[in-house]
Amino acid sequence: MKSCREVTRLLSEAQERQLDGGERLALRLHLMICGACRNFSHQMTSLRHIARAYARGASGDGAGNKSGRDSGQGEDS
Amino acid sequence: MSEQTARGPAPGQAGEDTGPLTDPGYLEELRHQMQRFATLQLGDPHLAEDAVQEALVGALKNARSFGGRAALKTWVFAILKNKIADVLRQRSRYVEADSLLRADAEESDLDELFNKRGHWRAEERPAKWADPEAAVDDREFWRIFEACLDHLPGRQARVFMMREFIELESHEICAAVEITVSNLNVTLHRARLRLRECLENNWFARGQDRGGEA
Repeated sequence: MKSCREVTRLLSEAQERQLDGGERLALRLHLMICGACRNFSHQMTSLRHIARAYARGASGDGAGNKSGRDSGQGEDS
Repeated sequence: MSEQTARGPAPGQAGEDTGPLTDPGYLEELRHQMQRFATLQLGDPHLAEDAVQEALVGALKNARSFGGRAALKTWVFAILKNKIADVLRQRSRYVEADSLLRADAEESDLDELFNKRGHWRAEERPAKWADPEAAVDDREFWRIFEACLDHLPGRQARVFMMREFIELESHEICAAVEITVSNLNVTLHRARLRLRECLENNWFARGQDRGGEA
């Protein structure tokens, strides 16, 4: 069984490359029993959305600009 | 190549419908935001200024009607990202020579977060984030996001931004920064751990009960 430390490393690497079958299985098994790493996994997705929004200049728009929020997304692997 | 984004729209009647770009106040605010964004990634205000000016000139040259400021900004930032990517790719060696040693230090640094068996320390466990999608519409959130970026060690921040803002691929970053892939993975892992912790502590868990810990 992989440790949380190894699992977070894999979850981070999954943002750069396609994990292989063994890695994906190890992740699934770990995430079934570990809520903290499950949260971390969701946060990797959120972090990417946040970064992409920042790179579109969203930080200067302030409140009330809901419309453009997630347009142009969808290229996430 | 860098002009790819700018080439799209026909130049047409320049000056007729540049819209928000003719508003000096808005233009200045936009320029300021772009400057900060470019300086963060390039680490050099002069290089950043060049990239920003090229992007703005490109936008003005290809004046067209935008569906509002949001569309304009998205477009101008896309051009800026291309400019920054070009600069980063060209700059083959600009990194500290001791990057390998630093990566080792970063790895041992993880002991603050995980115990000897590699499990989360109780007070470091990631909590559930409430409504992360809404954060991007909040000006105060971005202030905290930038502060958290600022807190990352310089190399971690730059590599993270190359990957997540400029969307360079791993091999491009490795070539630009002259590190190995495994080195890159270590650095990104560390940067994400730190950034998520900072965002959680200062935004997502603010005012929430973090499961009785903390």
